Amino acid sequence: MNLHEYQSKRLFADYGIAVPRGIPADTAAAAVEAAEELGGKLWVVKAQVHAGGRGKAGGVKLARTLDEVREYADGMLGIRLVTHQSGPEGLPVNIVYVEEGSDIDRELYLSMLVDREFGRISIIASAAGGMDIEKVAVETPEKIFSIAVAPDAGLQDYQVRQLAFGLGLEKQQMRQFGDLVKKLYQLYLDVDASLIEINPLITNKAGDVIALDGKINIDGSALFRQPKIAELRDPSQEDAAEREAAEHDLSYVSLEGNIACMVNGAGLAMATMDLIKLHGGEPANFLDVGGGATAERVAEAFKLILSNKNVAAILVNIFGGIVRCDLIAQGIISAVKEVGVRVPVVVRLEGTNAIKGRELLTNSGLDIIAADDLTSAAKKVVASAA
Amino acid sequence: MSILVNKNSKIVCQGITGNQGSFHTEQCMEYGTQVVAGVTPGRGGQEHLGVPVYNTVRDAADATGADVSMIYVPPPFAADAILEAADAGIELIVCITEGIPVNDMVKVKSALRDNHCRLIGPNCPGIITPGECKIGIMPGFIHQQGRIGVVSRSGTLTYEAVYQTTTNGLGQSTCIGIGGDPVRGIGFIECLELFEADPDTDGIIMVGEIGGTDEEAAAQFIKSNVTKPVVAYIAGVTAPPGKRMGHAGAIIAGGKGTAEDKFRALDAAGVATVRSPAELGSSMQEVLDAR
Repeated sequence: MNLHEYQSKRLFADYGIAVPRGIPADTAAAAVEAAEELGGKLWVVKAQVHAGGRGKAGGVKLARTLDEVREYADGMLGIRLVTHQSGPEGLPVNIVYVEEGSDIDRELYLSMLVDREFGRISIIASAAGGMDIEKVAVETPEKIFSIAVAPDAGLQDYQVRQLAFGLGLEKQQMRQFGDLVKKLYQLYLDVDASLIEINPLITNKAGDVIALDGKINIDGSALFRQPKIAELRDPSQEDAAEREAAEHDLSYVSLEGNIACMVNGAGLAMATMDLIKLHGGEPANFLDVGGGATAERVAEAFKLILSNKNVAAILVNIFGGIVRCDLIAQGIISAVKEVGVRVPVVVRLEGTNAIKGRELLTNSGLDIIAADDLTSAAKKVVASAA
Repeated sequence: MSILVNKNSKIVCQGITGNQGSFHTEQCMEYGTQVVAGVTPGRGGQEHLGVPVYNTVRDAADATGADVSMIYVPPPFAADAILEAADAGIELIVCITEGIPVNDMVKVKSALRDNHCRLIGPNCPGIITPGECKIGIMPGFIHQQGRIGVVSRSGTLTYEAVYQTTTNGLGQSTCIGIGGDPVRGIGFIECLELFEADPDTDGIIMVGEIGGTDEEAAAQFIKSNVTKPVVAYIAGVTAPPGKRMGHAGAIIAGGKGTAEDKFRALDAAGVATVRSPAELGSSMQEVLDAR
């Protein structure tokens, strides 16, 4: 689950991490009021969407008058902002964050996430802030400094120093930076974050260290013990189909192609997409109906798949382990009848009760194309989509 | 003729009285696995599926000599269950549970560093030595005793590899699903090392997926330490970056973990990679024939 910038910064502030003063607003009038309340002569109006790259997409604007605040807020609210991370459809801007302007001296980068190799939380800092960190990692890896925290000992002073020296901070800033990193680590643990990223973390002309941006992702598996954080969820930022899938315990990701697939198991689902591509087709989605797929879930999955208007053919690939293929076959039959599938459906059933399942499909009188193995299933579905 | 588990393994099931635990324990017992005890706190002294239930893993291990634990405890309590098994001296812990918070696994991994036990999973199908011992949720009937070791991050995709090697008569020595989470117990390298040392394994099938750099590390290891033929497949060539593909660990992030990177690393290590998961079995047959 992702948090908005204004939500992340509120958490930062709760933990005593320096952030610019700011107020979220959902109308242009409220944005002007917010600017008046903040005072000063320089404001930043920032579109609140769950995607990076807002600046280049026109989602972050510097306002020098209240009229400009109104104009920019008005221009952003209600649109769908398309950034290089948002996908071509963009994400709706329902809230803008109005912030006091900052006098930036240096732009740095700071993030925390799990280092999979060591199974530890790692902290990454770079002097090249405000830039795409992945690009920095490739082009100038020497500018990136990282440490991994031993969970029982916790974050150590020497580790913080290592980062601070790497960034070339001044003495006063080093103390502030150390304080910030420790508080951020505590926040990471307390909210079960999977990522915290501050890009840029700035030093201002007065020499203070301030989080100018803020991004927090929460580990979805830990939401059961994070009721307050769970309330911060903004469904408007999620793909409608993916959200509906999650409600039915389906794991779904929509893609650009026209061949839909329905598979049990995440690995096999990815492999099925790859097979479609390998045989000249383009997958329309990733869909894992799970190890415990039932007839109802299969029906829901069909509805979901068909909500994508690009779909020209469907491939159902089930390896029955715990799942019995005859039950899946029944699910397919009732779904095809109920939903009224108008595109070719290729089905490959293998494993538990596969023969029974295939018989059910053959005798159903429905126009279902049976496939005996993975390769022929992929070939048949690519041919029927063409 | 196997690694880690065989017909002599004695299993305690943590969470045996739950729905999942009950169902799968029964399946394992039908397969012939020696399940000797169950653990559900507060239900010690009862009997379930014909085996005694204990309040703690230590009680169960002391009374029955169980040396392997199979865990079906729900996610909020699973990390605790793993550490309880480790503390009780269990040598192999197989955690099937899906959805354990990553920060819990960070702590578990750190705590297990001082322990001699091995952890498989979490979020995995388990481990099976065909004809001897099945610990987990895989369908037993698709397996066949044989000489191929299978190690995989995925569940049903493992079944594909297994089914193909059963169909072409090669069979399997042991199959391990190491799980789809970003922080987990044993990985590819440890399994490859065990298969390499096992006199009854002739070839190894390795099934990876996008996310992390474990396959790249495994490729390095194979290059210098594995003499047996390895066939590998990586799922997720078509997966878009930044999107989690079902498994918590299956995500291309920070430009790392693409399927192409992994294929390249494995190719460079002399592994016989296949671009289609339908070719795992036939490719294994080919490399064995070529020797």
